[in-house]
Amino acid sequence: MTDIPSGSGAVARTTMDKVHGSLARRHRKQLILQIFGITAISLAFLMLFILLASLITTGHKAFTQTEITLEVFIDPEEISVERLPRGNFTNVLAAAVAADLPSVDQQDRAEMRVVGGILSNGAQFQLRDRVVEEPELIGQTITISVPVSDPYDQLHKDLLDRETPENLRRLDDTQIAYYDRLVENGAIAASLNTGLLTNADSRFPELAGLKGAIMGSFWALLTCFLISFPLGIGAAIYLEEFAPKNKLSDFIEVNINNLAAVPSVVFGLLALSVFIGLFGLPRSAPFVGGLTLALMTMPTIIIATRAALKAVPPSIREAALGLGASKQQVVFGHVVPLAMPGILTGTIIGLAQALGETAPLLLIGMNAFITSAPATPFDSATALPTQIFIWADSPERGFVSRTSAAILVLLTFLIMMNAIAIYLRSKFERKW
Amino acid sequence: MTTLAFAILLVASLAAYALNRRAATTIRDGGARLHSVSNYHGLFALLLMLVPVLVVILIWLVLQGPVVNAMVMWALPAGTLDGLDTGQADLILAEIQSISGGRIFGDPEPWKLAAAAHLTELRELAALGLVLLTALLCLAIMYVARRKVAAGFRARQGVERIISGLMIFCSVAAIFTTVGIVASLAFETYKFLRLVPLTEFLFGLNWEPQIPIRADQIAAAGAFGWLPVIAGTIVITFVAIFIAVPIGLLSAIYLFEFAPKRIRSVAKPLLEILAGVPTVVYGFFAILVVAPAIRSLGASMGIPVAPNTALAAGGVMGIMLVPFISSFADDALSAVPRSMRDGALALGATRAETVLNVLFPAAIPGIVGGVLLAVSRAIGETMIVVMAAGLMANLTLNPLESVTTVTVQIVTLLIGDTSFDNPKTLAAFALGMMLFIVTLIINIFALRIVRKYREAYD
Repeated sequence: MTDIPSGSGAVARTTMDKVHGSLARRHRKQLILQIFGITAISLAFLMLFILLASLITTGHKAFTQTEITLEVFIDPEEISVERLPRGNFTNVLAAAVAADLPSVDQQDRAEMRVVGGILSNGAQFQLRDRVVEEPELIGQTITISVPVSDPYDQLHKDLLDRETPENLRRLDDTQIAYYDRLVENGAIAASLNTGLLTNADSRFPELAGLKGAIMGSFWALLTCFLISFPLGIGAAIYLEEFAPKNKLSDFIEVNINNLAAVPSVVFGLLALSVFIGLFGLPRSAPFVGGLTLALMTMPTIIIATRAALKAVPPSIREAALGLGASKQQVVFGHVVPLAMPGILTGTIIGLAQALGETAPLLLIGMNAFITSAPATPFDSATALPTQIFIWADSPERGFVSRTSAAILVLLTFLIMMNAIAIYLRSKFERKW
Repeated sequence: MTTLAFAILLVASLAAYALNRRAATTIRDGGARLHSVSNYHGLFALLLMLVPVLVVILIWLVLQGPVVNAMVMWALPAGTLDGLDTGQADLILAEIQSISGGRIFGDPEPWKLAAAAHLTELRELAALGLVLLTALLCLAIMYVARRKVAAGFRARQGVERIISGLMIFCSVAAIFTTVGIVASLAFETYKFLRLVPLTEFLFGLNWEPQIPIRADQIAAAGAFGWLPVIAGTIVITFVAIFIAVPIGLLSAIYLFEFAPKRIRSVAKPLLEILAGVPTVVYGFFAILVVAPAIRSLGASMGIPVAPNTALAAGGVMGIMLVPFISSFADDALSAVPRSMRDGALALGATRAETVLNVLFPAAIPGIVGGVLLAVSRAIGETMIVVMAAGLMANLTLNPLESVTTVTVQIVTLLIGDTSFDNPKTLAAFALGMMLFIVTLIINIFALRIVRKYREAYD
């Protein structure tokens, strides 16, 4: 141990000592910054996780549908060949359910109404369609599986709490007793809900499906692609390869960049007042939706295409020009084919954005309630995102899981499109 | 019939291509020296036909509907439309159209049935006219194009001129879009301002967009002052930015400077997923998870929380903007020249000091540009607020209360019936105009900052 006399100590402390003295503090600061960074990014991922987890936990139940299998006697007294497609299919079905429930008095109309309520409202139409197809079934007994109505579906999926006081529950004790009895008989079972993809929209959650929305989105995206792809590529090629550097091309460029940042709802206003108000195109039509989305997608495609064209090295252009090709032969014969993977990637990403776009479609009326899938782009329809919006707004409990399921379907489409884009990029893009 | 017209055009242009190409080949085989290869002769005929006829067909299709409707209305028995306003006249037209489409409700008057028959007849006539016109035009152009084929004809230059013209048209389409937006917004806003004075719209403190149902109705005269609406927008935007900027910046700094390569290669695509989720999904997330969570948190702390708080909508919007801000910050940080960073490290600065004291200040303009773009996004964002924010305009700055935004009002005013003659629907266009102007100014400003800064270091 040496005693350093005071006074000379300050002199002996070199810069290095100072640095060493503060080093711990500075490293601690660095650590704090790192911890903040990790916290921030974990927070973002936590949110992503909660988002996906909440969608999956609520949505997976909509991928199964509770169905009841019935032995239906098609009573000729209720249904006759002459009156088809009219006939009292509801009564026939209710009688079939009641046959499984010995406690029910088939003459008591109020009780029979409760029993009939176990079945979905769509069950009668399912039976009707089958009988209309094969009228010889009248008078016979057939086995048919029909969806149960929403409260029973909820009960079967454990979404309805039996502990809730009876007056606050959607099903009273008798109805739950009926349900238990039917489960005991093995009549009620959950099966894969194909209706989610093959049915169109419905007021009844157990019947509502996405077919109309998927077809609507398909037509809208097709229109969007057919318009925005040629227009966007044409504009990009001209601006990148041919346009003289002048005020006009500068203006177009600034214009395109700004257009890419205009709020989507403004495009909806444009569509409403020009396409529908001025041109008189039909409301709610996927064609109009596609036109609107095309205007929004075009800037994305132009920007992506220009980047892809820029990435093609000048030596290719010079070599082709040197061999005597005209400027257009250079561009269309060499530059564009080489840039094509980049262009397609940008286009698919643009289309994926368009698929998720909702606000402009709401303004042109693609949130209508339509129970059939559109056959042409000019029929009224909804699109996937607007269908999600409609279902999210519906008060029935069954629509909560349907909404999540619809979102999962939409996300699946988006992931597929992005995967194709990534595949194209990694497979075909060249690095020079 | 329309499909037939397109089919005729397609077949005719392919035929014209084949015809001209064969003609050119024949000339070449005859020993003459062609100026352009025969393929260009064919292409010239194809484009010469395809472009003008397509334009004619499209113009016809756009005009057909309105012209036929006008002819039907004009041919109605004299006096039927006397004293009816445009809305009622439109209603009659719609009824005639639905009768002609085979959907008859009740017992329409005989003159309506006659008009419907007239409409059907006119439509058939128009469709036939279109097909005939297409066929005639195609034949004429085929003849003209065929006459052009000669050894000295500069078919390639012709083709390139047409393609140039097409490409210029494509570029101008972007301008058309902007002009269309501005013109339609300005036109409807002008109509709105004739009904509601500009001073009331800009400075009014009440937003109650109602219209009297009857002319003599009292106390339903609506108020159209946009201040409470813009105040709500500002509150929600502020909440969103308040959440997005710290999270976005910190994660960008971490990923840029500290994260091991493996984490970076996982984290960046995950952030991109967050950016690619459609906004309607975020909206549903807000009402399904975030709003109930905030409500129960408020209840447990004894704070009264409105059902549609600005906090829920703004918070979810903030999450949406995180990847946006972090990618801008990442770009800005990578654009700082390497020499500055090396210099700082060489002087003995820790990595944290380098990032915070050297790179970050140098990247500030780019980051500010990115944040401004995020602000403009938040202002224009629609679905999250439509689903999670309130409908009632409420002049408050408290994020725990329910507020409404410009975009919510636009959507709610225009969902449902829309006739373009009352202040209620027109108000949506006035709001849209303000939205467009505000976001445009922010965007131009932000893009300029970003661009200028990028040039400074390049």
